[in-house]
Amino acid sequence: MLFLLLTAAAIVWVRNLFAVVILSGVYSLLMAGTFTILDAVDVAFTEAAVGAGISTVLLLATLALVGQEDHGQHRRALGPIAIVALAGAMLIYAVPDMPRFGSPEAPIHVHVAPRYIEETPNAIGIPNVVTAVLADYRSFDTLGEVTVIFTAGIGVLLLLAGKRRKRK
Amino acid sequence: MNEHLILRVVIKFLIPFILLFALYVQAHGDYGPGGGFQAGVIFSAGLILYGMVFGLQRLRKVAPPKLVLTFIAIGLLLYAGVGFVTMLLGGTFLDYGYLADISTHGHHYGIILIELGVGITVASVMIAIFQTFTERTEENTDRNVGTR
Repeated sequence: MLFLLLTAAAIVWVRNLFAVVILSGVYSLLMAGTFTILDAVDVAFTEAAVGAGISTVLLLATLALVGQEDHGQHRRALGPIAIVALAGAMLIYAVPDMPRFGSPEAPIHVHVAPRYIEETPNAIGIPNVVTAVLADYRSFDTLGEVTVIFTAGIGVLLLLAGKRRKRK
Repeated sequence: MNEHLILRVVIKFLIPFILLFALYVQAHGDYGPGGGFQAGVIFSAGLILYGMVFGLQRLRKVAPPKLVLTFIAIGLLLYAGVGFVTMLLGGTFLDYGYLADISTHGHHYGIILIELGVGITVASVMIAIFQTFTERTEENTDRNVGTR
């Protein structure tokens, strides 16, 4: 967790964009480690592959286009900082109202989770409950997510490929 | 990147394992951690690595852009198609129980099929985005070289 904080602070302070991209990759990898410790292996998998892998590569590809120095004006952005601090303070204020971490009385543990865990072997017959929830109980959501990825991909391709044609 | 001999040899050695691991994650999403999304990303990471080290031209030979574009749609259609097949078999949309005589087997088949659809779409979207990005980069460098 300390490393996470340090990396986040470094991302804000460092001005070289190349370093920022690599640091955000490091941040994602640390997050993946945290998820593994929390036994959320599926999420850790995604975080390591997408956050640390693909998005870093894509950001690097973008940097190759735009150059790696930050040429923006370095003025203090007091307004945004105030808003971020306020939002953070509200989130921290809300934390004590949440059930204690890992507490068996938390709403998610008394309501749907036991049902999923008990019924999955009988109703669906596969050992990985996470996959069962994603692909079966919530298959409509997942279909929507795939559609989002599809649309996003098409959108990016249209934007980038379209501009190129105009230039020629 | 042509001069990095060690990098090229090591990457060449690594890529089959990355692709194999992606297929393992894809096929075992129902038993272990992972699933279509993770598998698709890992698979595309393998191909992107290839493209980074050996150049966009050779990546295009492995994964022609038109084929990649087609696969983006095929994945989504496979997912939605499973839904319509279950409707034809008498169930509701995406009700996998109707895919086989035994309901649990039907669910199993359904999950494998839609995970495959997810994997195909995710992998091809990532590859397509990478190809478009690097294509523009290469064009820019070409133009810069030309003006010098």
